[in-house]
Amino acid sequence: MGTDKKQEVHTHKLGIYLWIWGLLFVFSFFSYMVDYMNYQGLLRWSLIVFFMLAKAGFIMAIFMHLYWERWAIVNVLLWPMTAIGVFIGIMVAESYYTFFTRMFYFVVGS
Amino acid sequence: MSQFDIEKLPKGPKGFMHDWGSDQRAFKGVPWGKAMMWIFLLSDTFIFSCFLIALMTARASTTVAWPYPSEVFGLTVFGTSVPLLLIAIMTFVLITSSGTMAIAVKYGYEKNRKLCGWFLLSTAIGGLTFVGMQAFEWSKLIFHDGVRPWGNPFGAEQFGAFFFMITGFHGTHVSIGVIFLFIFSRKVFRGDFDTGRRGYFTSMKSDYEAIEILGLYWHFVDLVWVFIFAFFYLW
Repeated sequence: MGTDKKQEVHTHKLGIYLWIWGLLFVFSFFSYMVDYMNYQGLLRWSLIVFFMLAKAGFIMAIFMHLYWERWAIVNVLLWPMTAIGVFIGIMVAESYYTFFTRMFYFVVGS
Repeated sequence: MSQFDIEKLPKGPKGFMHDWGSDQRAFKGVPWGKAMMWIFLLSDTFIFSCFLIALMTARASTTVAWPYPSEVFGLTVFGTSVPLLLIAIMTFVLITSSGTMAIAVKYGYEKNRKLCGWFLLSTAIGGLTFVGMQAFEWSKLIFHDGVRPWGNPFGAEQFGAFFFMITGFHGTHVSIGVIFLFIFSRKVFRGDFDTGRRGYFTSMKSDYEAIEILGLYWHFVDLVWVFIFAFFYLW
């Protein structure tokens, strides 16, 4: 530590943190309302994912200061997420196959 | 010590090429502790992702109905049952503690010792409240509903294993964070970062950027809860 001390002093106005805090509250409230109103099916899933990604984005960008970081570290942190996306895709296919074989052998194979 | 002026370096994609093609260090203007914390959080992201993907796989491949979290985690308040009430309150508590943490980091960089310390302490208390409510939730599920890792009265048997694994691992993260928040609020109040007092374990002088590194961890804990809330409780 002790190096680059000049660059470290980048504080932001208090207002932006309070705004994001409020936004996170609103998003959380809405995602809770999705459950409370008992929405089902595609509407439920798309709303949940939308509010989830919005909250995650604001936390990372503002609270974790990623918006102000240089691309060198932002790219290193965000590109590995595509691997998680690919993994999700693989496991969706795998789980459907498992479900199919279970149904098949429970019904036909017994 | 600083050989470059960060303001004069190219920004955006060009900055990305410049930093990675440069000598000595790729993460310009990022203290090593902060870079290491980010790398750790990246690896932790993969662990939590594996848990949640495993949950998805189990839930999509089971032939038995999955327990409906809205009812499992519902609370009865004054005779009316409110779905997910405790989880919603826990979410708001954790977001609030994340907000106070962000403000503590801001005051840390402004070298406002007292405000930084108070906001750190309130963050710690928020985290402690969260862990307390989680302990209540666990004991309700274990002793009242009889949920076990190998079975439960609501539906698919995997439910208990995933519940204890995912929320337990997250709760462990919160607990560790709370411990460090208490330690660091003491350090801030004592003025360690102003006087350059050496740390007990590391015997190194530290700076208020340690608060930002601690903040990264704490925001990450909140971030993970956002995904757990969506995929485990709401889905």
